[in-house]
Amino acid sequence: MKDLSLHIMDIVQNSIVAGADKISINLNVKGDPQILILEIQDNGKGMDEEFLREVTDPFKTSRTTRNVGLGIPLLAQSANMAGGELNIKSEPGKGTTIEARFNINHIDRIPLGDIPETIKMLIMANPNISWTIRFSSPNDNFVLDTDELKPHLDGVSIANSSVLGWIQNTIADGIKLVYGGVLDEVD
Amino acid sequence: MKSIEELKAIRDKTLKEMSIRDNEDKMRIVVGMATCGIAAGAKPVMSAFIDELNKRNITNVNVSMTGCIGICRLEPVAEVIDANGEKTTYVKLNPEKARRIVAEHIVNQRVVTEYTVGAAEK
Repeated sequence: MKDLSLHIMDIVQNSIVAGADKISINLNVKGDPQILILEIQDNGKGMDEEFLREVTDPFKTSRTTRNVGLGIPLLAQSANMAGGELNIKSEPGKGTTIEARFNINHIDRIPLGDIPETIKMLIMANPNISWTIRFSSPNDNFVLDTDELKPHLDGVSIANSSVLGWIQNTIADGIKLVYGGVLDEVD
Repeated sequence: MKSIEELKAIRDKTLKEMSIRDNEDKMRIVVGMATCGIAAGAKPVMSAFIDELNKRNITNVNVSMTGCIGICRLEPVAEVIDANGEKTTYVKLNPEKARRIVAEHIVNQRVVTEYTVGAAEK
């Protein structure tokens, strides 16, 4: 995967297949030297210990079309390439939290990519899921929660194209506010 | 920062336009968005579908995503499901092909045979 937005698109599909109706996507920058932490949290069906142990193995998958699953191994690879790591916490019936860490200044750290577009598409295709998007850095932070938007919509679908356009722009502004374009310098 | 006021203005405008379109039959475009699809470029394809529909002001087509449908070598893949339930599977897509599918299949109801799975597997 060439940028983080594609990994997000991919990993979130796991949450959707796990039956989650609450998904949060969090990006956090902290520390010195700075690290970037991507965290995707869901309330899906979770994984038991045995599955969790083997989930970074490409030959472990829950899908039935074939017995290879590359989503998590590829994210682990992107994190490792940038001197980071991947951690997964999961509990059956409760949900899963997957966290990837990247050294921001590592030469092989992938850029953010078009995260506002990824999130727009995810909401468009899954309007019934409660989405929370959080960005934070030592400078500022930003939160968008679709459950907080829905009361203002008065019956208009959150998947309406004008509403989605607003969400996409708001998220783009949030990224600019919190990260000032620094994370996307290499495209 | 975009304000909630702006969102409310969008809502009011949409509510006015909604009633006329609500009863129309919906066509659906479903883009394969599993690891295989994403790695092959499904995101720009979905983006092109959305953009082309918006540009033509077509609102009765629902764009969504699905997991792997088992033909990874032909990704990016999208299915167009007509209002009567008839399904066409398009393979090896790119943004240009997606735009042509909107123009020919969605607008003119003419299947773009050369992009279908049937043509690719011949």
